[in-house]
Amino acid sequence: MIGIATAVDVADLKETTLLNMGIFGLFVAVTMVIVIRASRNNKTAADYYAAGRSFTGSQNGTAIAGDYLSAASFLGITGAIAINGYDGFMYSIGFLVAWLVALLLVAELLRNTGKFTMADVLSFRLQQRPVRIAAAISTLAVCFFYLLAQMAGAGSLVSLLLGISDWGGQALVIIVVGALMIMYVLIGGMKGTTWVQIIKAILLISGAAVMTFWVLAIYGFNVSSLLGAAADTANNPAVLNPGLQYGKSETSKLDFMSLGLALVLGTAALPHVLMRFYTVPTAKEARKSVVWSIWLIGIFYLFTLVLGYGAAALVGADTIKSAPGGVNSAAPLLAFYLGGPLLLGFISAVAFATILAVVAGLTITAAASFAHDIYASVISKGKADADTEVKVARRTVVVIGVMAILGGIFANGQNVAFLVALAFAVAASANLPTIIYSLFWRRFTTQGAVWSMYGGLGSAIILIIFSPVVSGAKTSMIAGANFAFFPLSNPGIVSIPLAFLLGWLGTVLDKRREDTAKQAEMEVRSLTGVGAEKAVDH
Amino acid sequence: MGNDAHTPDAAASVDFEQVQSTERFQKLRKRHRSFVFPMAVAFLLWYFAYVLLADYAVGFMSTKVWGNINVGLILGLLQFVSTFAITGFYVSYSNRKLDPIAAEIRHEIEGHEFDKHGNIVSGEKK
Repeated sequence: MIGIATAVDVADLKETTLLNMGIFGLFVAVTMVIVIRASRNNKTAADYYAAGRSFTGSQNGTAIAGDYLSAASFLGITGAIAINGYDGFMYSIGFLVAWLVALLLVAELLRNTGKFTMADVLSFRLQQRPVRIAAAISTLAVCFFYLLAQMAGAGSLVSLLLGISDWGGQALVIIVVGALMIMYVLIGGMKGTTWVQIIKAILLISGAAVMTFWVLAIYGFNVSSLLGAAADTANNPAVLNPGLQYGKSETSKLDFMSLGLALVLGTAALPHVLMRFYTVPTAKEARKSVVWSIWLIGIFYLFTLVLGYGAAALVGADTIKSAPGGVNSAAPLLAFYLGGPLLLGFISAVAFATILAVVAGLTITAAASFAHDIYASVISKGKADADTEVKVARRTVVVIGVMAILGGIFANGQNVAFLVALAFAVAASANLPTIIYSLFWRRFTTQGAVWSMYGGLGSAIILIIFSPVVSGAKTSMIAGANFAFFPLSNPGIVSIPLAFLLGWLGTVLDKRREDTAKQAEMEVRSLTGVGAEKAVDH
Repeated sequence: MGNDAHTPDAAASVDFEQVQSTERFQKLRKRHRSFVFPMAVAFLLWYFAYVLLADYAVGFMSTKVWGNINVGLILGLLQFVSTFAITGFYVSYSNRKLDPIAAEIRHEIEGHEFDKHGNIVSGEKK
């Protein structure tokens, strides 16, 4: 079987390429029409950032699933299971269980207290300037890491589909993806972006469902035979057991713990996920959104388990690894094996759409945070009107788009699930402690928030820089150098507890007391939804 | 239950400290916390127990139970089941125990607050 997929791939290249581009072009055309229609009544800042809070829970839940089921989930996890077996499955579980943190502790309270961004909530009862700046910086940092992962995914996908392995060709496609995304966000704002997410989520989940059904049908709907076949093709029964990737040494076991911690605590702190809760009219709809997304995401991850082992059994780890695009190519190769060029074309177009949609969601979050938190609240000290703020947001979109394109060109080739795990670690360290403390701990102060956010963000990033991800290993970004004094690839196990500790320490050492009236207001608002029920405008 | 206590007069803005100190709000707060905190601790412990087992008890996790399906896979799938179950449990708890009190409190405060700012209040949908 080895070699067949790649051989056919090369032979059918032209046909497949045209087909892929055709399907992808159709998706872009259809969504663009919807985006333009949706944007007709984008007038206020609430329209642009929060889609006028007009989405229902189920629509928003589907959009959240669309935002969350990124290239990392689809390409990265399928690839990780296909290559590393059980250890890849860990990603799915962490990514899913994490939603309970969002559901129980964050979503509704956040919807009730904020307007547009994460910083709205964090700075609610603390001093505006320092907290807002810190929250905006960490929002931008997390979005940037996440963007890198998505753009790297775009690069892998393109190299597989078009057989483009030269740097210039891949860079060109990353530029095209980036430019399209900038257009969506500029024209459609949050409403347009949300519709793109919804369409893409439906396409992605149905595509994965078809492939899952197909794989299961091959094995007579017997999961045990599928697993057996995966173990046979891999010639290694250990793919069914934990530890293939992370069980090698004590350090790698610790790395696995660190990854698990980052995954489960990161989701509820991802700024682009948090921002989605503002697009619904009430906290109850925010709750419904999370419930919808938990079901959709959970079912999708069950699919990836079948797809990953299916790719391991039918395509084989060696073929996947040697294909252009490496690990990330498992799902497209499986599609090709099952349904030939047509299914490959469809699945690839969906994966492209996924990247486009997620990148658009990240960009609008980062732009909103810059315009609303840094420009409107800090630079112009609240004097800017909503029109100017939206204008600044649109300009920021272009800047971030260009940065994402450049970053993506450099991050090309890394496993996207892994890069996303780093974004989760940064989010969990920089944002989660402050979110939890400010919602639930009456005594929490500005100093605690600032220490925790900068401490968490700084320690996570510094540990990544001095980790094997950046230098000192064969797969490092800078392969030639070695300044990796931190042995773990994921910093979560150090930086997350540190950020919680700093939040507590900063608070108990703070001589200032925060305004108790504000604390009362935040608590009452967060639990009852007073004043936050309807679309709120500045 | 303390209706007078947190009914703001027409000129003053809502006294949230007063609302916060009402028995009814404290009940809401307590009900919320007494559900979400233990539940959060429980699922996090269960998740980390699973991660630790996958990390340090590879032999146990690799035990085959039925065909090629091993303990690790079953525990992993149980994580999905527990996530879905907690989600359902929380939704039904909120609908029964939290939403009615929250709506009552909101109802009482809101009319006044919004009248004062001149915003339109459309009736609470139930």
